[in-house]
Amino acid sequence: MWEKELINLVWIVVKIIIILIPILLAVAYLTYVERRVIGYMQCRIGPNRVGFMGLLQPIADAMKLLFKEIIIPAPSNRYLFIIAPILSFAPAIFVWSVIPFSQGLVLANINAGLLFVLAATSLGVYGVLVAGWASNSKYAFFGGMRAAAQIVSYEIAMGFALVGVLLAAGSMNLTTIVEHQTGGLWHWYWLPLFPLFIVYWIAGVAETNRAPFDMAEGESEIVAGFHVEYSAIAFAVFFLAEYANMILIASLATLMFLGGWLSPFQGIPVLGPALAFVPGLIWFIAKVGFFLLLYLWIRATFPRYRYDQVMRLGWKILIPVTLVWIVVVAFMVKLNLPPWFAG
Amino acid sequence: MNLFEKIKHNVKSFLLWELLVGMSLTGRYFFRKKITIMYPEEKTPVSARFRGLHALRRYPSGEERCIACKLCEAVCPALAITIEAEPRKEDGSRRTTLYEIDLFKCIYCGFCEESCPVDSIVETNLSNYHFEHRGENIMTKQKLLAIGDKYEESIARDRANDAPFR
Repeated sequence: MWEKELINLVWIVVKIIIILIPILLAVAYLTYVERRVIGYMQCRIGPNRVGFMGLLQPIADAMKLLFKEIIIPAPSNRYLFIIAPILSFAPAIFVWSVIPFSQGLVLANINAGLLFVLAATSLGVYGVLVAGWASNSKYAFFGGMRAAAQIVSYEIAMGFALVGVLLAAGSMNLTTIVEHQTGGLWHWYWLPLFPLFIVYWIAGVAETNRAPFDMAEGESEIVAGFHVEYSAIAFAVFFLAEYANMILIASLATLMFLGGWLSPFQGIPVLGPALAFVPGLIWFIAKVGFFLLLYLWIRATFPRYRYDQVMRLGWKILIPVTLVWIVVVAFMVKLNLPPWFAG
Repeated sequence: MNLFEKIKHNVKSFLLWELLVGMSLTGRYFFRKKITIMYPEEKTPVSARFRGLHALRRYPSGEERCIACKLCEAVCPALAITIEAEPRKEDGSRRTTLYEIDLFKCIYCGFCEESCPVDSIVETNLSNYHFEHRGENIMTKQKLLAIGDKYEESIARDRANDAPFR
């Protein structure tokens, strides 16, 4: 009996490694792509020295950070100071267990998948908060406080946006949500839930503390916010968590609103059958890539919000919009509006 | 603002119009020609008036130009130049025995070059140089003359180019 259990366990660990390694690689290369894309948008060319076209840059950066010294400030709370990066990194990684990459390509196909994702992404802020507090530094503390307030406000808008998806799909299982969107570009939920889609994306950018909502980092007024006191690999772990969260939000947007791994050409006479051979994973990666590019594009374009503007946008605009549109969605579902909610 | 404009404003802000305009601008810049200079391989053109590393020049005969008038030492606002002089043993002409510029003090104003009656001390267009040991920042007479000998051609060309404007 126990042999079977053991084999099962080993198999799960192998699956975890198969999921984790591409994600960590994607995180590393997202930093490279970010620097290149933002460089291009500023008439520069970005890193291109280390390796062919600078492709080894992220590896060089990681090596540099690994060999540096972790400085622990004397007045800091040592235990919390060290555990904070782990607290922010772990949720960013374990959420991936419920993300379906393609039909059946999921580690744990649980029924409360959406709830799990929401819970896990909210946990991530504790790392930031603990880091800000444990550093025992004014700026870090400000950063932590800001992150907390921002996450609280935007979690609501994001949650409501996802409630719309829940209503539309009638399920919290991520695979089922995607399956409900079968039928090509116009059957995906981004169209009937368009305002929610936009709100979700704005809240997602705010959730991951990315520009123009990088209040917790606050480069220009609170130096680096919650991670001022961090150096070396501890700093890198915060960095990894941030980028893993970006990829996560992008994949969630793909699953909820852009039909996950489904081909956009389903049901279109010529293109549909011609592109049917492309595996779902490729479509999934392409869509996630589109959202990640959007992240970088937004960062390259917009100036930062002031803190009160962030709060105003979150509470007075995004939440009312979602509340109104949830009612609209409920009516659409009740009326079985084709093509999305028929049957 | 009348009602129509208010509605227009609200509709525009809800459609994220201005944001899309901004993103289309950065999107266009993405494809624009990049202006980066790949530094060690490519270099930007340097002006003939660029004030970089100092040099002491010689006449074509090989005789050093400096006559130890100490005008540069006197005009130097940062007191970076130190000169000692006495008659040369062979012919009794006035020459420097010590001519030193402290590059840590120097502010590269170019006054020394302008004050020099014989165009001896000049600032070349060399902009990249470094020191590896303490004390190397003091440019001695030998070092300055060596730089002058090495780059005489470009120094003379820069002076000739700039002559009409002086």
